[in-house]
Amino acid sequence: MTSAIVEQVLFWFFAVFTIAAASGVIFARNPIASAMSLVATFFFLAGIYVLLWAHTIAALQVLVYAGAIMVLFLFVIMLLSLSDHGPVMTFSPTRIAGGASVVGLFVALTAVFRKLPVTELSWTTDPAKLKTFGSIKHLGEIMYTQWLFPFEAVSLLLLVAILGAVVVAKPRI
Amino acid sequence: MIPTISTSHYLILAAALFCLGMFGVLIRRNALVVFMCIELMLNAANLTFLAFARARGDDLGHLSAFFIIAVAAAEAAVGLAIVISVFRARGTVNIEEIQSMKH
Repeated sequence: MTSAIVEQVLFWFFAVFTIAAASGVIFARNPIASAMSLVATFFFLAGIYVLLWAHTIAALQVLVYAGAIMVLFLFVIMLLSLSDHGPVMTFSPTRIAGGASVVGLFVALTAVFRKLPVTELSWTTDPAKLKTFGSIKHLGEIMYTQWLFPFEAVSLLLLVAILGAVVVAKPRI
Repeated sequence: MIPTISTSHYLILAAALFCLGMFGVLIRRNALVVFMCIELMLNAANLTFLAFARARGDDLGHLSAFFIIAVAAAEAAVGLAIVISVFRARGTVNIEEIQSMKH
């Protein structure tokens, strides 16, 4: 019973702050402030991932997203030294229609997800599974056996991305 | 009786995050902020994978999230390189001023 209360409190804490920080990304005037809000979003989302028993992915989220990707973003923002002038957002009929359709999408998704049956997590009674679920050992086992091909494909993709970034950003090759 | 946090709570949170990101993509003009909003949408997809992974007791969803993080890193590297080269050519990252391919 206490663990249910703890889960409740932590979920609402992380959920509210995730949404608040994500709103900060959209509505902040300064791109640096947007980037810092995005870092905060990633940290709170990592908390949500831990609640979902995905502690390995939560660690990766902080390391890769908040650590590597956001440093890249901040680097580019400061490199371009963007001065912010003019309105943050503009309102034209197409944009208002876009915003309204996003609200419609959210309402539709919420209506569907609310109807999902609340199922007991029946697999949690299996202590062996509970021990390995989401652990880095088990994930590594699957990744290097069953999912070896996607793993190698991703390594190739990263190589191509590095080459592409160099080719695009270099003024003359 | 306390209502427990079910899978649908996590899915609704993911939907909210996705819609916030999409709203930002549609409404913001700074290309870098648009990129950040795309990252928000990718994170919403990750959250959905992890929520269903817990509901099914199957941690293959964790691997999907792992690959999404890797793809997001590749996407950020190439996308930011494109932003830099556009800024070099045009002197702006305002997506409303970059429209020579639109007409």
